[in-house]
Amino acid sequence: MAKMHPDLQLDGVQLSVGGRALFAPLQARVAGGQCLTVMGPSGCGKSSLLACIAGTLDPVFEAQGSVRVGGTVLDGLPPERRRVGILFQDDLLFPHLSVGDNLAFALPAAVRPAALRRQQIDAALAAAGLAGFASRDPATLSGGQRARVALMRTLLAEPLALLLDEPFSKLDTALRADFRRFVFEHARSRGLPVLLVSHDPADAAAAGGAVIELGDVAPASWTPV
Amino acid sequence: MTDRLADRLADRLRDGLSARFRAASPLGWAPAITLAAFLLPIVAGLAGTLLPAMGWLPALGANSFNLTAWRTLVQAPGFASAWQLTLSTGLLATLLSLLLALGVVAGLHQRPAARRLGEWMAPVLAMPHSALAIGFAFLILPSGWLARAVSPTLTGWALPPDVSTVGHPSGWPLVAALLLKEVPYLVLMTLGALNQINAGAQLAVARSLGYGPAQAWFLVVLPQVYRQIRLPVCAVLAFSLSVVDVALILGPGNPPTLAVLAVRWFADPDTRWVFPAAAAATLLLLTVMGCLLAWRGLEVLARQWLLQRTRQGVRNAHSAAAARLATALAAGLLGAAAASMLALALWSLALQWRWPAFLPSAWTWDNWLRQAGSLVQPAATTLALGAVSTLLALLLVLACLENEVQRRPSARAARGDPAAGRRHALWLLYVPLLLPQVAFLFGLQVLLVRIGADGHFWAVVWAHLVFVLPYLFLSLADPWRAFDARYTRTALSLGASRWRVFWRVKLPILLRPVLLSCAVAFAVSVGLYLPTLFAGAGRVATLTTEAVTLSSGADRRVIATWALLQAAFPLLVYALAAALPRWLYRHRQGLAH
Repeated sequence: MAKMHPDLQLDGVQLSVGGRALFAPLQARVAGGQCLTVMGPSGCGKSSLLACIAGTLDPVFEAQGSVRVGGTVLDGLPPERRRVGILFQDDLLFPHLSVGDNLAFALPAAVRPAALRRQQIDAALAAAGLAGFASRDPATLSGGQRARVALMRTLLAEPLALLLDEPFSKLDTALRADFRRFVFEHARSRGLPVLLVSHDPADAAAAGGAVIELGDVAPASWTPV
Repeated sequence: MTDRLADRLADRLRDGLSARFRAASPLGWAPAITLAAFLLPIVAGLAGTLLPAMGWLPALGANSFNLTAWRTLVQAPGFASAWQLTLSTGLLATLLSLLLALGVVAGLHQRPAARRLGEWMAPVLAMPHSALAIGFAFLILPSGWLARAVSPTLTGWALPPDVSTVGHPSGWPLVAALLLKEVPYLVLMTLGALNQINAGAQLAVARSLGYGPAQAWFLVVLPQVYRQIRLPVCAVLAFSLSVVDVALILGPGNPPTLAVLAVRWFADPDTRWVFPAAAAATLLLLTVMGCLLAWRGLEVLARQWLLQRTRQGVRNAHSAAAARLATALAAGLLGAAAASMLALALWSLALQWRWPAFLPSAWTWDNWLRQAGSLVQPAATTLALGAVSTLLALLLVLACLENEVQRRPSARAARGDPAAGRRHALWLLYVPLLLPQVAFLFGLQVLLVRIGADGHFWAVVWAHLVFVLPYLFLSLADPWRAFDARYTRTALSLGASRWRVFWRVKLPILLRPVLLSCAVAFAVSVGLYLPTLFAGAGRVATLTTEAVTLSSGADRRVIATWALLQAAFPLLVYALAAALPRWLYRHRQGLAH
C-alpha cells in the first residue's frame, strides 16, 4: 500500500537576517514515512525554516545550504514546482469555496473526467470521516473537521514531502491527540517524509521520530541510525 | 421567524425614537443633513432633466407631455454612431482598466514594490482628468512628443505625419486617457481591499498546491476581494460611459459621444435644443443603468468560469507571463502620465519648439507672464471652491462619523447585522458616482435659475459638494472607524470632556488620514468640469473650465500654462498633506508612518 517516497534532505541549511544567523547550519535526512521534529521557542526561526523548504521565505531572510527531496534540488524552484505540502496553525481553507471545491482545487488536473474527480474527493472526505460534506461551507465545520479537510487538501495534491507548521497548537487538547494521530497515520501510510516544527513536547512524543532543538548555538545535526 | 421579524421592527422603532430624542444633540442631525446635501440636488436634477425629455418645461412654455424630443434625438445626424461610440469606448475602457489593474496586483502585491507602486500611483489620482487629457494630447498628436522622439531618425518623417490621433473616429485616445487614471484608481482600491483578508498565507497554500503566483491570486484572492471593489468598478464604468471633459479634448468631434452631444445641445443658443438634449441625457442614464446590469451579468459569468477552472484543477503555466505583461503595460501608462505632465511643463516654457526637435530650441517665462493677468482670477476661484467645498464636506463627514461612533452600542448593532446599515449607506454614497453627470446637472441648473442662484459662487460650491462629499467620506470612513476606541475611553476616564477628547486625542492621532482625505476631496473639486459649468451658468470660470475651452484651439504654449497650473494645485495640496504629519510627528514613531 505504502508508495516509496524519496527522502527529505537538509544539507547545511541556515537562515540569517542582516548577516546574523538564526541557528547553526542544519544537517538532516528524513526517510519516507518518518518524522523529524524541530523544537524551539517562538522567534527561533522554526517557521522560517519551513517557509525556506516550501519556497515562500520572506526576502528579508538569507538562506544557505541546500534542500533536496530525493534527487531533486529544491533551491531556487518556485513553491508551485516543489511538490512540498504544508499545513499551518490555521486550516486556511479558502472561504469562498465549498469543502469539495477546496479539495478539487488541490487535485491534479490529470485526474479526469469530472466523475472521477468527484469520486476521489468523496473518497478523501470519507477517509477523514466527513462523507457527504462536499457541498458544505467550510465556515460551518468544527475546528477539528476543518483541520482534517486541510490535511486531505494537502495530500490530494500528491506532495513528495509534508511540512507541519504547528498545526495542532490551536486545537483543544482532546481534539489535538485525535488530529495528531490522523495526520501521522496518513503520512506514514503514504510513506511521506514529515518535518514538524513545534514547541509542544507532546507533539514530538506523538511524532515518534527524532527531535532537534533549534536556537542552540552549537551545530545541530541528526541523521537516522 | 415571525418573532425575529417582530423583534427587528420593534428595534427599528425604538432606534428611530431614541434617535429623535438624541437629535437634541446636533450630531444626530448630521446624517440627514449630509444625505440631503448631496442627494437633494441629484433627485431634483434628475426630475429637471427627465421632464423636459418628455416634453414638459413650463419655463419655455412647453406644458404637454410628448415624444418629440426623442424623435428629434433619434433623427439627429450621427445619433446612432454617437451612441455606439459611447458604448464601445466606455465598455472597453472599463474592461481594460479592470484587467490591467488586477494583473498588476496579481503580479506585484507580494513584493515590496507593491507599496512603492501605491505611492507612485496616488499622485496620478490627484491629477485632474482634463489636465492629463491635454498633456496626453500633446504626447500623441502627429506633431506631438512621441512622434518627435522617433523622428526623423527612425521614421524619416520630415513633416508631421498626416494621420489623425486626437479625435480619431474610433475614440482610442479617449480610451487610453481614461486608462491613465482608472488603472491606478482600481489598483489602489484592490490593494486596500487586500488588507481585509489573510491573502499572504492563502497564497502560500495555493502555491504549495502547485499554482503559480498570478493564477493563485485570480483563483483564491480575487473572488474574496471583488465584493469590495465592485462599487469602484461600477463607478469607473459609469464615468467612462458619461465623461465629458476628456471626450471633448480627445474624443471624436463629429459625431461625439452621447454625453458631449447632450452638453453641446444644452449649450445651444436656440433653446428648442434643450428638449433633445434632455432626451440624450436620459438615454445616457438608461444606457449607464443597462450597462451596470450587463456588468453584473458578466461578473456572474466570470465567477462561474473561475469556479469551473478551480474544480478542474488546471495549473496554468502562462498566468505569470500575463501578469508581467499587465504590469509592463501599467508601467507604460504611468510613464505616459508622467510624460504628459512633462510635455505640459516644456510647452509652457517654450519660446520656440519646431518640428521635429525633441526639446524646445528657445526657452522663456513669457508664456507665464503674459497669461498671469488672466490666470489669477480663475486660479483664485479654483482655490476658493476647492477649499470651501472641502471644509464643508469635512465638517459634515466628521459629524456623521462621530455620530456613528457615539451610537455604536445601539440595539441594532448588538442584535442584527451592524454592517447592514453601512452597506446601504455605501450605495447611497456611490449614487453621484454611478449616475451620468449630464443627467442631473441640467435639471439642477433649471432649479438654480428658478431660485435665482445660478452662476453664484455658493451654487457652484453646492454642486461640488455633491461629488466632494462622497469621496471624502469614502476615504476617511475606514481609518476613522478603525480608531482604537480605548484611547477615547482612557481620555474620558481621565476626566476630559468629549469635545476635548475629539480635539486633543482623536483628531491629532487621525491627522494623517484626515489631511489625505482632504487632499483627495480638494483634487476632486479642482477637476470638476461639468458641475462648475452648469451650476456656474458659464459665468464662474475656473482653471478647469478655461483649460477645457482653450484646448479646442488655442496656442499650445497658452493651453500648457493653464493645464499645468490646474494640475499643480491638487499635486501641491497632496504633497503638503503627506508631508505635514510626517514633519509634525517626526519625533513620534508611532504616528509618522
